[in-house]
Amino acid sequence: MTSPTDKEIIDFVIHEARLLDQHRFEEWLALYTDDAYYWMPLEWGQTDPKLVGSLMYEDKLLLQIRVERLKGNRTFSQKPKSRCHHVLQTPQIDSRDDAKNEYVTWTPMHYVETRHDDQQLYAAWATHTLTVVGGVLKIKLKRVDLVNCEAAFGNIQLFM
Amino acid sequence: MARYRDNVEAVRNLVRPAEVHRDVYIDDEVFQLEMEHLFANTWVYIGHDSQVPNPGDYFGTTIGLQPVLMVRHTDQSVKVLFNRCPHKGTRITTETCGNTGKFFRCPYHAWSFKTDGSLLAIPLKKGYENTGLEQSHAGQGMTPVRHVHNYRGFVFAKINDFGQGFEEFFGESLSSFDNMIDRSPVGKLEVAGLPLRYMHNCNWKMLVENQTDTCHPMVAHESSAGTAVNVWKNAPPGTRKPMAVEIFAPFMSPYEFFENMGIRVWPNGHGHTGVHHSIHSDYSAIPGYFEKMVAAYGEERAKHILGENRHNTVYFPNLMIKGPIQLIRLFKPLAPNKTLVESYTFRLVDAPDVLLERTQMYNRLINAPTSVVGHDDLEMYERAQEGLHVDANQWVNVQRLYDPAEPVDVTAETNGTTEWQMRNQFHAWQKFMTMSM
Repeated sequence: MTSPTDKEIIDFVIHEARLLDQHRFEEWLALYTDDAYYWMPLEWGQTDPKLVGSLMYEDKLLLQIRVERLKGNRTFSQKPKSRCHHVLQTPQIDSRDDAKNEYVTWTPMHYVETRHDDQQLYAAWATHTLTVVGGVLKIKLKRVDLVNCEAAFGNIQLFM
Repeated sequence: MARYRDNVEAVRNLVRPAEVHRDVYIDDEVFQLEMEHLFANTWVYIGHDSQVPNPGDYFGTTIGLQPVLMVRHTDQSVKVLFNRCPHKGTRITTETCGNTGKFFRCPYHAWSFKTDGSLLAIPLKKGYENTGLEQSHAGQGMTPVRHVHNYRGFVFAKINDFGQGFEEFFGESLSSFDNMIDRSPVGKLEVAGLPLRYMHNCNWKMLVENQTDTCHPMVAHESSAGTAVNVWKNAPPGTRKPMAVEIFAPFMSPYEFFENMGIRVWPNGHGHTGVHHSIHSDYSAIPGYFEKMVAAYGEERAKHILGENRHNTVYFPNLMIKGPIQLIRLFKPLAPNKTLVESYTFRLVDAPDVLLERTQMYNRLINAPTSVVGHDDLEMYERAQEGLHVDANQWVNVQRLYDPAEPVDVTAETNGTTEWQMRNQFHAWQKFMTMSM
């Protein structure tokens, strides 16, 4: 893949959500570059992930810890396991920069997470910053902006 | 049928020397009495004055279930007012924080109040002539919370005249605040952005107890901190230890580590873990920070300040602070089985930004609703909230390292895995619950 088509980019973002819904977490993690970040801001329009609070700002090591933890026999908060469900709008391609090898998409979505009898609905916008590594698309940064980012939440255990 | 209201003896009997009746966690009436007595007779944390830097700035919070406003008055003092129009009860502000200018104006009928709460004006005031408004509660303006104390920027308030003065209530425990503040080379903290807000379906006291429960980390957090340690083991040799692993790994320390770190109890339910060392002791040095501290305080005092590594300090009833990492957690009761946890981070003024970066990382790795460590704890609280409905055993046990001769309301240092601090809290609970009944 020299430069991805719009359709390939859109299909990639939709595929990422499907891997999460199907608990294919290792395949999901492999979509991220080694220096990738997954960011959920705490504030509306937040620009600084480090000196201002965030719900998540995790490198690949921390994401891997989460994925390993979900499998653990003593991960009591996952007995029973949570499940999740993504409903995406068609991802919109905000920028394509073939020279820089960087593609940015914007995807409004609803995310449902369930455990026991509880079912929580979250509304968010996902911004993917993608790049081509070794001929395949990878995620450099996934930013998830919750509509009610500063609200009081219960446990959010999986990935949006 | 009321079982506890107007029955001091029944309330007192909920707490025994080394066990506590389940009704303190699950009973609606006990919860209501906590709101009326415990949260009115004690000094409750309101906010930090850096949240209201300029005259007219306000910040809304609660004491128990009652909404209050912290506001910077025109004379620069910080007032705490009940957030209610004296007329019909309307909440005065709509935003959690903002600037109201020279006065508050009720959005319903435009009654207005100075920032100390006193009545400024009422539209069509003639309609109140000869009605005796001045003598009514409404004519007094917004009611101030009577007792307010600003301790080096941290504002506390007490609703009732019962109970103790600020200094007597906190006493030596203020040393934990001092240490957190002194970690700034200029002795000043600032709230750094919004708090993480985390809703817990459990009783607020479970969270408070957990702050000095040192027998759970290696068990409950095996899933998060233990996994972090294991994943890190597979890193290529020579890789620099990331800040996140420095934060996670000490949670997996053995019982011996926690036994040796020590617990200190103070009168009135306050106390802290980490007398000698703590999970915060072995963080990497931040370049340039120590030098700044030495320049500000001299080497001996700088070493002394940074040598304190208190783990969690509980300020009874519902505040916990972490001096070495500059964050606080406020456990706000909403119902017997519902608690809002707010975790605030602070910038050490004039210290390197990396310190704040670590504070923010700690907060999101440990205290966020998206935090795996938080998931471990909340799962346990919620299981306890359900399990306490078992009628066969109605008592919660806090007997670890109990000595029948154990004194109450004293300052003492002891083994870091004791449940003395929990007993200390329940002694204070019993005292402040019943003193106004």
